Amino acid sequence: MVTGGVTKFAKAHPAMDFRLMVKRAYDYALKGIPNLTKDRIDGTRISYFSDHFSRQLKAASMVQDYLGMNPKGSVRIEWGGATGGECFQAAYEAVASGRMDVCLAAGYETMSRVATWKGNEFIALASDTNFDFPLGGFYTGYYALMVIRHIYQYLRLTRFAHIADEREAQRMAIAEGQRIMSLVSVKNHLNAMHNPYAQYPKQLTVDDVLNSEMISYPLTREQICTMSDGAAVAILCDERRAREFTDKPVRIIGVGTGTDTMRLADRPFGTVPLLPHEQTSDYEGLPYPGVHSFRAGRAAGIEAYRMAGITDPKKELDFIELHDAYASSEIQTYEDLGLCRYGEGYSFVERGDPFLKNIHYPFPTPNAGAIPVNPSGGLIACGHPVGATGLMQAVFAFWQLQGTIRKHFGDGTLQLKNPRRGAIHSHAGTGSSVTVSILERGFR
Amino acid sequence: MARAPPPVYEKFRDVQAEIERSGAAIFRDANGVESLVIHYPYSINYIHSYAEDSPFFLGLANGKLMGSKCTARRCGATFATPRGHCMRCGAATEWIDLPLRGKVHSWTTCHFGSEAFLKETPYNLALVEFEGIGSVMLVRLKDAVESDLYVGMPVEARFDPNPKYSITDVWFVPVR
Repeated sequence: MVTGGVTKFAKAHPAMDFRLMVKRAYDYALKGIPNLTKDRIDGTRISYFSDHFSRQLKAASMVQDYLGMNPKGSVRIEWGGATGGECFQAAYEAVASGRMDVCLAAGYETMSRVATWKGNEFIALASDTNFDFPLGGFYTGYYALMVIRHIYQYLRLTRFAHIADEREAQRMAIAEGQRIMSLVSVKNHLNAMHNPYAQYPKQLTVDDVLNSEMISYPLTREQICTMSDGAAVAILCDERRAREFTDKPVRIIGVGTGTDTMRLADRPFGTVPLLPHEQTSDYEGLPYPGVHSFRAGRAAGIEAYRMAGITDPKKELDFIELHDAYASSEIQTYEDLGLCRYGEGYSFVERGDPFLKNIHYPFPTPNAGAIPVNPSGGLIACGHPVGATGLMQAVFAFWQLQGTIRKHFGDGTLQLKNPRRGAIHSHAGTGSSVTVSILERGFR
Repeated sequence: MARAPPPVYEKFRDVQAEIERSGAAIFRDANGVESLVIHYPYSINYIHSYAEDSPFFLGLANGKLMGSKCTARRCGATFATPRGHCMRCGAATEWIDLPLRGKVHSWTTCHFGSEAFLKETPYNLALVEFEGIGSVMLVRLKDAVESDLYVGMPVEARFDPNPKYSITDVWFVPVR
């Protein structure tokens, strides 16, 4: 990867349609790289999630057209919430296969063209329309079902195992889970205070998060990402050309994808596919994935880590930008990606591992800096214009690895010290498809 | 011919209200850029076939809950939400009757929802597990409020006496 660009994510960008948003992000990416002109780009991969949002089919052709890329090759990429992450990997594959020397990955979503609850309906159509959608299809509801079970499995049956009254034990476990999810929400919103691209930078307390509107029990408004308008681009090329364009390229050393059943109800109760640093005995008697974990995220992680030669991700990665559409799914994803064992996600947050060292959070974070997760603010604070989101993560990770956060953010607070490797993680449809890509600094 | 330009608003919310009233509005953003915004409705009726899932929906109309069982002798996987072919081994499945009682595997109360369901909020969703069946089923859980619900709660099926051939023809209630 040699450059990237992102538009500021916003609730609505009425003065820009999707073509202009992508153009702005693209122009930003090309700025300051005199050798990288349009004629050097061999083709594009363009991503957006839903035709419903703009009622414009084949909208990727209009982006290709607006950027003046015709007649170069292009393909539209769609993979639910993981659309942006998949687009990034599609561009990677175009280059890695030798089909292109230089490939532009561009993604966007304009979700403001319909009312919020209509938008939720469109998203819910990404659930089985025979069996799931007509019941009250609502993605926050689906994730709430998953986290209630995650809390049952990993708090009720552990921390609250000593409480004899079943219903009381479950209530206590849920309250504990809500409190810990709020720590994640505070982290991501506070990190975003230093990210000018973020939609919702906020200084929140745990109580603010807990007391925000209940959307689908136990998830409150501040634990959930919102709909956004936005675009992001990344330009990938082979190693030889990368040096022509920049002295600070970033290498893509691992890619992985995973999938699971469309219906939550069909998820099996089997065994955990292990990462190299885990053992069968870690998960004796754990029904997996059930609805509490994302087997697709685990599969994507296994593939990407194997390719990158990573055997213990927490030790070998310096940061992760992951798909925190919900504070709950951030915690579930720590476990899928092996940052901690399954069941340890809540204590991982409480110990402070995913927090930044140099930001003062309104509670103790003793292990801060161990492995910063969503230093940018993630989806919860940056916004989630679906087709752009995974590419936004790629751009933030790229700037992190280049050491150019201050230059692009106008604020160096979020810049990690000398990061060598980072991962990006893009997630769709209650975990029905997930991508993981590993990026590494490609210069000394 | 001349038409006066539509009214200008600086809040997008006001633009939304205006286009529902009159069909058009101008949005002026913080930079003074003006964009013309119009009402652009869309509705469609699909000719939706339940295809291989059809017996399930016909079953609901007769007060039956049907799951499926893999016909391969060495597999025999069972699914509470039916599927025509086994996801483990790929063999065809056969229909089985599910018990009408089960337990809550997980649950939530939706205080908001998609536009189509907003007027029904708050409503409960639950995944229900059945004795001896390998997967669960997503249902509406009625006659119970948020504070009643817990994992493991015994529940039983109720059927719509006027079936609409929809998954909403069945719902569950707590066993009293």
